[in-house]
Amino acid sequence: MSYQKFFNPEESYSRSELEALQLERLQATVKHCMNSPFYKERFRKAGLTPSDIRTLDDLKKIPFTTKQDLRDTYPFGIASVPLSQCARLHSSSGTTGNPTVILHTKKDLEEWANAVARCLWMVGCRPEDIFQNASGYGMFTGGLGFQYGAEKLGMLTVPAGAGNTLRQIKFFTDFGTTVVHAIPSYASRLYEVMCEKGIDPRRDTKLRTLVIGAEPHSEDTRKRIEEMLGVKAYNSFGMSEMCGPGVAFECPEQNGMHIWEDYYIVEIVDPDTLEPVPDGEVGELVLTTLKREAMPLLRYRTRDLTRILPGECPCGRHHIRLDRMKGRSDDMIILKGVNIFPIQIETILMQFQELASDYLITLETLEDNDAMTVDVEMKDQYIDDYGKLQSLTREITRQLRDEILITPRVRLVPKNSLPKSEGKAVRVVDTRKKY
Amino acid sequence: MTVHQLSVFLENKSGALVSVLRLLKQENIQLIATTIADTIDYGIFRIICSQPEKAYDVLREAGVAVSLCDVFAIELDDRPGKAADAIELFAGEGINVAYMYSFLLNGKGVLIFRTDNTEKAAEIIASNDLNVIREKDLSRLL
Repeated sequence: MSYQKFFNPEESYSRSELEALQLERLQATVKHCMNSPFYKERFRKAGLTPSDIRTLDDLKKIPFTTKQDLRDTYPFGIASVPLSQCARLHSSSGTTGNPTVILHTKKDLEEWANAVARCLWMVGCRPEDIFQNASGYGMFTGGLGFQYGAEKLGMLTVPAGAGNTLRQIKFFTDFGTTVVHAIPSYASRLYEVMCEKGIDPRRDTKLRTLVIGAEPHSEDTRKRIEEMLGVKAYNSFGMSEMCGPGVAFECPEQNGMHIWEDYYIVEIVDPDTLEPVPDGEVGELVLTTLKREAMPLLRYRTRDLTRILPGECPCGRHHIRLDRMKGRSDDMIILKGVNIFPIQIETILMQFQELASDYLITLETLEDNDAMTVDVEMKDQYIDDYGKLQSLTREITRQLRDEILITPRVRLVPKNSLPKSEGKAVRVVDTRKKY
Repeated sequence: MTVHQLSVFLENKSGALVSVLRLLKQENIQLIATTIADTIDYGIFRIICSQPEKAYDVLREAGVAVSLCDVFAIELDDRPGKAADAIELFAGEGINVAYMYSFLLNGKGVLIFRTDNTEKAAEIIASNDLNVIREKDLSRLL
């Protein structure tokens, strides 16, 4: 069957077409935001009115919106429509204060499903495919977000949910699943269990495409997953504040994620000065929603660190590409004055064949000094070789020191011994004294 | 000409050893010889036991990090100098012993070891007519 290349016409818009659409939608969004008590007050304080936004550049006049704003207005204070017009609510866990609440109208849900469907279509998903969503449902937007997107595209969609690995694998073989959405650490787990059960993913399943997101991961991790499962793995980016998945997604080039600029305006700013960074440099991603009804967000500071990839993408889409997330401006580890991102450590660890996929970075105070311990799970077959274990520990330590300029304590631990929460691996534990 | 040995990777925390032993007990598996190599962070618990394959499955299913490997077991007269004579044969050929432990069984000494060159070690054992214990011999001795 032959299909069109693009799911939506906006996908192939030129830069000037995109920017014209953005300005039109920005102006409409700002006007609509005046129905929100929060934004009405914000604009009044800043001495701004919607008519001040005449060009895309005028966006910079608008103050940033932060996660703290969402917490302070908990639960419904930012909404721009009455609750009676809302059809769904998603909420984050509130580990550090009030949770954040995101509201959706029916139209918002339709647009969200469309954006996810567009992403999946871009990487070759078609109605003939069978899509298995091995992601948590409920409040976690990766569940319902992909569910509605995959259904919108027309795939047979299996809401398998997170965990229950044996059942996931049975579904693969019984239903002929071709596309799976899972977080990267779970993809490795699926492979391990398949091996234990004597199932060869290439021979015994029809898996072809894997959608991975929600956990930062290195290019080596992606390649490893692709190699293990015999699939193409595409990076997905989203966050509940912007709906969930479907914000940005890799095209078949697998070189950066196109962010849908008919839905969002992208800025990259220095997290300290909040000034735009020069083109192509890493900074904090700031997003403005362009089509949201229930809860538009203006210049929302995502805390995600990334950069815009320069140049045109050979795929023919002019929507800019975000580089793989470099971490978050708030998960950056500062140890002995050195800035470290967990992804740097992961990148080193994944180069060792002897290691399994999970690791845990622990930061603690030892005799008033910051110390880092890296616990890393290893594969069973190397257990009997004590000399190997010792030299492995030494070599990991050496490479980590070269990368992060601090000597961590490296501990090899048995497979599956590190803590996991809801299938999502816990990567950093910080027990240091806070001053 | 080898016997099966289980190598268990133990985290250095209380209860790690006993939980492994408990699993073996539940399956009525009998220990013949064991040794623990310990470091600050972990231990390697090596076990020669009855029904090693079954033991391996039991531990794996329980989520224990375990590998099953083959090691040499040779039987020596229980007299001074016998171990030295035996290891001399390997040393003379430049073969290193990675680890070794021993136990007494029915008045004979049994030397368990792993070398860095299994094939050559096997040749030396054969050409010197050393008294090798095989997996099936072990179960008969119990």
